[in-house]
Amino acid sequence: MNSNEYIASGILELYVAGALSEEENEAVHAMMQQYPEVAAEVVAIENAIVTLTAATAPRDTSYVFEAVKQELNLSEDNRDDKVIPIQRKSSIFLYVGWAASIILAIGLIYSVLKTNELQSEIEVVTSEREALKDKVYQANSDLTAAKDLLGVLRTKDIISVPLGGQAVSPDSYAKVYWDKKLNQVYLDLQGLPDPPAGKVYQVWSLKLNPLTPTSLGVIEEFSADSDKVFDLANANESEAFGITLEPAGGSESPTLEQLYTLGVVASNP
Amino acid sequence: MELALLIKKFKNKDPKALEALYDMYNESIFGVIHTIVKNDDIATEVMQDVFVKAWNKSDSYTAGKGRFFTWLLNIARNAAIDKVRSKSFKNAQQNHDIDFFVHSIETHDSLDQKTNAIGIKQYIEKLTENCKKVVDYIYFKGYTQKETAEALDIPLGTVKTRNRNCIKELRKALHV
Repeated sequence: MNSNEYIASGILELYVAGALSEEENEAVHAMMQQYPEVAAEVVAIENAIVTLTAATAPRDTSYVFEAVKQELNLSEDNRDDKVIPIQRKSSIFLYVGWAASIILAIGLIYSVLKTNELQSEIEVVTSEREALKDKVYQANSDLTAAKDLLGVLRTKDIISVPLGGQAVSPDSYAKVYWDKKLNQVYLDLQGLPDPPAGKVYQVWSLKLNPLTPTSLGVIEEFSADSDKVFDLANANESEAFGITLEPAGGSESPTLEQLYTLGVVASNP
Repeated sequence: MELALLIKKFKNKDPKALEALYDMYNESIFGVIHTIVKNDDIATEVMQDVFVKAWNKSDSYTAGKGRFFTWLLNIARNAAIDKVRSKSFKNAQQNHDIDFFVHSIETHDSLDQKTNAIGIKQYIEKLTENCKKVVDYIYFKGYTQKETAEALDIPLGTVKTRNRNCIKELRKALHV
């Protein structure tokens, strides 16, 4: 299994959830060290999950950290502040002492102000860096997605089948990319309209002589999916592919009046 | 600071590292605990325990076992579930909605101040029932792949692909 297939398998999403066994966790960790793109994918998934879970927090809990620190005895209040006593020897020493302490106080105030200034500069730089990090993550995951798709399309044994619009919807079109070795089809359904409520698209593998349809599955999440690329398993010796509109849940056999697109596999006689 | 370095310092008992990790994850951990115990005060108390526990057993974390966030998430879910099962936990209006996390986000007034609020809300609006359940079981309830398959009555392999598709949509909404 190459790294793209590994990413597409969905194991990394379960890894971040903590839903895998100890052995599986170690295997994923090994893959992350071998393939930077796998590690980047894990980081991107984790970011998404951190954001999603954070959105469910009903109130700000940053203040609770003080309680954690106290419970762990990490508070900085326990430090001893050593004070050097100034001995009062004569009035001159007294004035010098006062003057020194005023200078010291001014110095302290100055350094506190300076520290605050530096602190806020650090905050600015930190947030700039966070923003840049986000951009890198985004670029990385866009790249991974594009590579995934390109990897599929470039596979040597891939068979590309264009599906043309039929009587019920002449403007519709779709494309099927069939990986015979992996028994997998990838469907690009950009050219189909959103199905009406209560209806779903069902994908069929067809044998032509005699005409025998076999269901490959139903596209449940059509409207929610933004790139309209889906994958289904196909172990059939398909001679053609068709897509029909069916009641939710799909049908036993295709409703031919609702045949949206159809295409014949070119390599067949 | 790079995460790996931060975690190393955390394991070496550097309080600054604890604070940095707390800043990164406290909202997420609080959200997950709250989704399980469904009470602000109890969730706060459990979260405090979780970070104390994480500090005390920081030695037991290694990268080979999984992500640090995942490790923390596990401690949090276990602590929250223990709390719910304990005798002292008597919350009469326990809500058993399977998609309670969705409810939390929808009723979250201060969410709008956060950077990804729009993406998250759009995601939740578009989320299908199937996704709500699978995301709730896997990320909020801590179900294994097998437990999720049984709870949803779907084949084991379908859990992986369905969950991946649900998270894909989340990432599109958040651009990550």
